This record gives sequence, C-alpha cells and structure tokens, in this order.
Amino acid sequence: MTLWILAKVAFALGLGLGLAGFLGWVERKQSAVLQDRVGANRASIFGIRLLGLFHPIADALKMLTKEDFVPRNARRVLHTAAPAISLGFALLCLAAFPYGGAVEFAGKAWSLQPVESPAGLVLVLALLSLGVHGIVMAGYASGSNYGLLGGLRGAAQMISYEVCLASSVAGVAFIYGSLDLQEACLWQGRLLGGWLPAWGIFLQPVGFLLFLTAGAAVTKRTPFDLPEGEAEIVGYHVEYSGMKFGMFLMTDFVESIVISALAVTLFLGGWQIPFVAPAGPWGGAAMVASFTAKLMLVLFFLMQVRWTLPRLRFDQLLDLSWKNILPLSLLNFIATVWGVYFLKGGRLWR
Amino acid sequence: MAVIVRPVSRPSRTFREQIYLWEVWRGLLVTFRHLFVNLSRHARRSVGLAAPEGAVTVQYPEDPAVLGKRARTRHRLLKRGDGSPRCTSCLLCETICPAKCIHITAEDSPDVLVEKRAKTFDIDLGLCVFCGYCVEACPVDAIHMDANEVELSSYSRKDMIWTLPELMGDKKKQ
Ligand code: SF4
Ligand code: SF4
Repeated sequence: MTLWILAKVAFALGLGLGLAGFLGWVERKQSAVLQDRVGANRASIFGIRLLGLFHPIADALKMLTKEDFVPRNARRVLHTAAPAISLGFALLCLAAFPYGGAVEFAGKAWSLQPVESPAGLVLVLALLSLGVHGIVMAGYASGSNYGLLGGLRGAAQMISYEVCLASSVAGVAFIYGSLDLQEACLWQGRLLGGWLPAWGIFLQPVGFLLFLTAGAAVTKRTPFDLPEGEAEIVGYHVEYSGMKFGMFLMTDFVESIVISALAVTLFLGGWQIPFVAPAGPWGGAAMVASFTAKLMLVLFFLMQVRWTLPRLRFDQLLDLSWKNILPLSLLNFIATVWGVYFLKGGRLWR
Repeated sequence: MAVIVRPVSRPSRTFREQIYLWEVWRGLLVTFRHLFVNLSRHARRSVGLAAPEGAVTVQYPEDPAVLGKRARTRHRLLKRGDGSPRCTSCLLCETICPAKCIHITAEDSPDVLVEKRAKTFDIDLGLCVFCGYCVEACPVDAIHMDANEVELSSYSRKDMIWTLPELMGDKKKQ
C-alpha cells in the first residue's frame, strides 16, 4: 500500500512538472496562433521540430546553464530557499486532488487520490497561501529595495485574493457538506432532474466566476500579473537568474495547474464522466483521463483569458478584490446557505 | 471679451462596462475567433487543402526578407559613363554624417570639368545609423541607399568597412 501511495504521489508530481513544461509550450503557441503569428518553432532535435515542442527543453537547458547570480548583500540561504519554497508548496498541493474514485482490483479497493485527507480543500488552500512566503522571502532576501517592494506588492495581492478564493468556494463546500475533495467529486456524480450532471458550475455559477477570477489573481497570471510582469514591472524576482528564476516561472504554471485542478474538482465534476459509472482498472484510467482532460480545458481557458485582457492597475486590482469579489462571494455564500436551508425543509444542520 | 465656456462631459462608463464581464466576454470572442480560424487554416494547409495563410509571419532566413519599396538599405555609389565614381569629393556627406562613419580622400580627376574625384571612399557600416542624410546631402546624386541588402553582419569590425570599389559594385565584399 505504501508503494501504491508513492506511485500516486509520483504521478501527481509528474503531472505537475510535466504539465508545467508543456504549458510553457501551450502558452507560446496559443498566444502566437491567436495573434496571427507562428510562434516558437526553431528548437529541433536531429532536424525534427515538432511544432516547437522541444522549446521547453531548450528553455530548461538555457536556465540551467546560466550564471546563478546572488547579489553581494543578499541573504544567501533565504535567497536560495525562496524559489524552492514557492515551487515546493505549489507542487505539494497536487498530492491532495482526487484523480479518480476508488477502483476495485484484485479484491481490494484502490483509491486514486494520493493524499486522502478529510480536509483536502483546506489543505490545498493553506498550501497555496504558504506560497506567499516564498515571494516575500525572495523580495526580502535579495537585498534590493525594488525586490522588497515587489515582494510586498505580490504579498498584498495574493493575500487579498486568497481571502476571495476561500470565500468563493465556501458555497460549493457547503452544498457538498464536506471539505473532502473526494466527497465533492462523489457528490457531483448525481444528476439534477435526471439529465443535468450536478456539477458545481451549474449549482454555483456565480461562485465559479468569482473563483476563476480570484484563482487567476492568486496565480499571478495576466490580467493580474503585477507581482512579476517580467518585462515591464520590477517584481520580487529582479535579483534572480538561472534556474532559480526558472523555478519562479514554474511556480506560476504549477499554481495555475492547482487552481485549475481545484476548479475541476469543485465545479466541473472532478473525475466524473456524466451518465457513465466507470469501474475496474480501465474505469480508473478513464477517471484519470477525464480529470486530466477537464484540467487541460480549464488551463486552456485561463491561457486565453491571459492573452485577451490587459493588465489591471494596482488600485483597481485591490478594489476588485476587497470591494467586489469578497462581498459578492460572501453574499453568494449566504444565499447558498439559505437556499440549502429551504430546500432541505428548514433543517439547517439536519 | 466674453469667456467661452465649453462644458466637457466626463467620460463615464455604463453599468455593462463597469461589471467587466460582458466586455471580457466580447474580448474573448475576438481572441477565440482568431484562435480557431487560424487553427483551422493551419490544419487545412498542413493536409494540403487550399486555405489562406494562418499567420502573417515571414520565416525570414528561409524565406527572403520583404523590404519596403523605400527602405534604406546598404549604400551604393553611382558611376559615370566611363566607370569612374560620380562622387566629386565635396565631403558634404562626410560632414553631415551624424555617425562620422564616412571617410573620403580626394584626387584630381582627369576630366577638367569635374576637377576632383574620390580616391578612397570608406563607409563604416558598423557605425552607420542608416539615417540617409548622406543621400540627402549629395549635390551630384552620387550616393544612394538602395542596394536592397540588409545582411551586412561580419565577424570583425574591420570587415564592416566598405571601400570605394565595393560600394560601386566593382568588387565583391570580402
Ligand atoms: S546613412 Fe547617415 S550615418 Fe550612415 S553614412 Fe549616411 S549620413 Fe552617415
Ligand atoms: S556628398 Fe556626394 S559628391 Fe560629395 S563627397 Fe559625398 S558622395 Fe561624393
């Protein structure tokens, strides 16, 4: 059983890292195609270019062979630890998702969730929040005022939006009656009125919108990429180079994967395939495939948003969070609670 | 005199614009349209069907560079009928050049009507900023920037200097 858990964790890790590399390619190509360009297509292995699919590898090689620069008055240990903390906590989140339900095989039930925690949702949100430490640490440790300011700016944004993130999923969590992510997926297996899958997106459309917005902001993607904005704004990673900088970039991708996975789990039915009840090992594979497909779809949509919207100003950003998303998501939560209360015949806590 | 007051209304946003969502959706429609139209064009072309180009990119080193009709490219010195340079070594171009990259030495011209002609005429294209002032300044229209050549790089600074025969096209560069 230990081996099985290790295998699942390895799968989650592989999914995170592999997908992060792949997303680098998707990002380039998608932006290129929608802007009538061709996009990166030069990297080749033995003359095979494969639509530029090798570019992430070339990028990684470039990052690894670049000078790893640490400024003279930087705090060395923290400076090195910061990107690892950012990336590490983001990757840890991926272990908490149910990539599939329990599968019967050889007389035993094999769960397809690496870490089966009854408070998975809180776990993921908490680990995501810990990523802020990496950012503040990076800004503080680089011994540069610009870096410090960038780090604080990043922290202000991420903390504001983490509040929104948590309050926007409160509604769905209340409906599912559990913080367990597996429970949430199982709950969404039922049908509403016999034909509509009871996915969170249909029960909580407002919650979904707010969640996606807050999620995009937490992962620091455009239109909310003020903490970094590599080209225009001096962010928390000014003093970083080489693979440490690469790790910050990867953190972004991994965090978007986590947010998308959360969106899939809570709002898009998780590993559920509508009208089909998968069973057995092949069913397990189908569940994982369904989860991954939905994950890719959400990521694709987030990318598209990224390449569509211009960046917000910082005051607009904070306004959006504290004055709009937070009150709306709280209202949404209150409405959900009342809705559930009346639907269950006035027995709020059963 | 009476002061004319023109009230200028503040730009204001409608409710629809203020909630962002509708506008975000419209923006997404545009980008999604581009994405899917281009994707289908790429796909159709890759299987050999007739379709317009999916991208406006010129794959430069493989495909030739597309230069504008009036693009300023490498300099060219024009010749007289007998093959001697048309330049009369007036040094106007050398004087006006902001990059100070033209160097001319003069000699007597066998033709008394011309008096002088260039003995050497060097342009250091490594310094040239392609402003075109030299062309403007020349009183006898001896220098043009229409060689339609932009691949001028070389491995040393010395090789960036173009000499008289090279500029006149009598000798190939390098
Ligand atoms: S184009 Fe401008 S910089 Fe170049 S040689 Fe002529 S005057 Fe000098
Ligand atoms: S301005 Fe014309 S004529 Fe005078 S030196 Fe230059 S190229 Fe020769």
